[in-house]
Amino acid sequence: MKDAFGLPQSLLVLGGTSGIALATARRLIARRTRTVWLAGRPSPALESAAAELRTLGADVHTVPFDALDPESHETVLGKVFTEGDVDTVLLAFGVLGDQANDERDPAAAVRVAQTNYTGAVSAGLVAARALQTQGHGSLVVLSSVAGERARRSNFIYGSSKAGLDAFAQGLGDALHGTGVHVMVVRPGFVRTKMTAGLAEAPLATTPEAVATAVELGLRRRSETVWVPGVLRVVMSALRHAPRGLFRRLPI
Amino acid sequence: MLAETTTENVSVTGWGRTAPSVGRLVRPRTYAEAVTAVRDCGPRGGIPRGLGRAYGDAAQNAGGAVIDLTGLDRIHVIDAADGSVLCDAGVSLHRLMEVLLPLGWFVPVTPGTRYVTVGGAIGADIHGKNHHVSGSFARHVLSFELLTADGTIRTVEQGTDLFDATAGGLGLTGVVLTARIRLQPVGTSLMSVDTERAADLDDLMARLTAGDHRYRYSVAWIDLLARGAATGRAVLTRGEHAPLDALPARARRAPLAFRPSRLPTAPAFLPSGLLTRTTVALFNDLWYRSAPRARTGELQSLSAFFHPLDGVPHWNRVYGRDGFVQYQFVVGHGQEDTLRRIVGRVSARRCPSFLAVLKRFGDADPGWLSFPRPGWTLALDIPAGLPGLGAFLDELDEQVATAGGRVYLAKDSRLRPELLTAMYPRLDDFRALRAELDPRGVFVSDLARRLNFQESP
Repeated sequence: MKDAFGLPQSLLVLGGTSGIALATARRLIARRTRTVWLAGRPSPALESAAAELRTLGADVHTVPFDALDPESHETVLGKVFTEGDVDTVLLAFGVLGDQANDERDPAAAVRVAQTNYTGAVSAGLVAARALQTQGHGSLVVLSSVAGERARRSNFIYGSSKAGLDAFAQGLGDALHGTGVHVMVVRPGFVRTKMTAGLAEAPLATTPEAVATAVELGLRRRSETVWVPGVLRVVMSALRHAPRGLFRRLPI
Repeated sequence: MLAETTTENVSVTGWGRTAPSVGRLVRPRTYAEAVTAVRDCGPRGGIPRGLGRAYGDAAQNAGGAVIDLTGLDRIHVIDAADGSVLCDAGVSLHRLMEVLLPLGWFVPVTPGTRYVTVGGAIGADIHGKNHHVSGSFARHVLSFELLTADGTIRTVEQGTDLFDATAGGLGLTGVVLTARIRLQPVGTSLMSVDTERAADLDDLMARLTAGDHRYRYSVAWIDLLARGAATGRAVLTRGEHAPLDALPARARRAPLAFRPSRLPTAPAFLPSGLLTRTTVALFNDLWYRSAPRARTGELQSLSAFFHPLDGVPHWNRVYGRDGFVQYQFVVGHGQEDTLRRIVGRVSARRCPSFLAVLKRFGDADPGWLSFPRPGWTLALDIPAGLPGLGAFLDELDEQVATAGGRVYLAKDSRLRPELLTAMYPRLDDFRALRAELDPRGVFVSDLARRLNFQESP
């Protein structure tokens, strides 16, 4: 169960090798979290992530999970929920893709969309129903500022996050009053292995900063969290910028 | 439709308004309906609930049944000669006072609010300002009827294991349906109160130690925002039920009248952050300075002396949507250093707490999970939104546990489960009894899940 400060005792991470998710898990383990399920494609990286979290004192299990195989989500995630209450589900899987390449290769672009959006729709609904049966819990969805307004440089990724973001907001409204809390997290440019080698955007942040914001959001039962917070204002301005101007902005 | 059991999914929190969860609210109106409610709990079990004054998550059950007992509220037998009452568990102490005071009887133990039910008083084994004389509530309960997980109703007498597991057992042994309670005789419905100020914590502890035995009721309010030499300054109020001859002629005409005052309800929506260090410090300073240095024999109404906050319905709303946590711990005699250290830490950290209460407990009672034990108990309310509060209270827990003390589970909403067995050494007995009495784990609460009550020893 969560405590008075919204801190979970058990955590299910969908996308168990995500840098942001692991930073969040580390932070929550330092507080109250004792049980962690890391769901992801079986790999040495997933196992070593689990091993690292174990050294922090948590009871960590790995769960084979593939975002691109929605048919399996019910079974795989259902098993986790039968083992005990899950206080927080962190939906953190996603791929950035390679915009230039994906524009030329529609099949690759579809994979980005299927992972980030279709996979999340399926896993999000499965998790939401299980949380609703429990009568409590948080679903934290890692969206992105890229979904707030599609940019020329990464609109395939951005559009998938836009879909995910809209889905998560609607899910949050649907679950209002059921005891389940849905929180959409919109980080800006985060320095992780996903963005390694890319030119850094302004207001770049770290996985640790996202983790801090997630903890605060859980405490406040926030519905939307921007990291860093100033992006709320920046993106609001960008969202309303006229198309012609937006196109010419150096972003 | 009045006779029908009502059922609906509702978001439930404790009085501190933190960590809501959704359960199915069932409100039985007969014992038979209560039996049905327990039998039909479903896979996520059920937990009895009274008037929701437990601060944390003791009376909520996410995804399961929350069995609201306030529909069972009959007073069956009052023995006005002998001083005992047999009543349903859903009867509030407020109702008992209304009925019993005109007959010259008072509840044996009352906490800081009248709005707790008899069932809740047993489940939390509540204590009051008279603990040093009268012990906790269960000491005055002669027997009760308990509806257990198998759907049977058992009569439980004082001195049995089931009685001691249920007293303070947070509703996890079953649903108390009725209780027989021994009462306290009173000559009037007024209190004769002595007030004095203590300059600092040591002064306060000396005054409590030297004088408590002369009073039935004793409590101290501490200003935890005072620093330096004034750390722990306090207003000490102690009293007795006023005898008839202490009353002025006008009051003697209706010496047993019970007329609690009532102020306007706190509005439903208040911003968080009304209670800041500055506002609370100002309030505390005013409160301290307006208290008399020393005054004896002041006549106060029962409600003003025991339940000043009950005058403001929904006062818990002033903490805004973040809610608040109440932190109450006890450390034994000889552990005064731990108490001093904690008071120092809270003062240094400038926690905006305007309800900080220190009291000296008397002998403990046999309830396995009962909170009181001989020593010092400090209770404070803190806004839950205060940054870093969780980690800070964890540190205090460590000090309390190291000193052999414990925190009060009926008020808890954030204890680390690892510390529970250190604080409650009879927890394993409790778990063993529950494993036998309720093998399927029908009775369960958010608190029980959070603190791993199910875990076998």
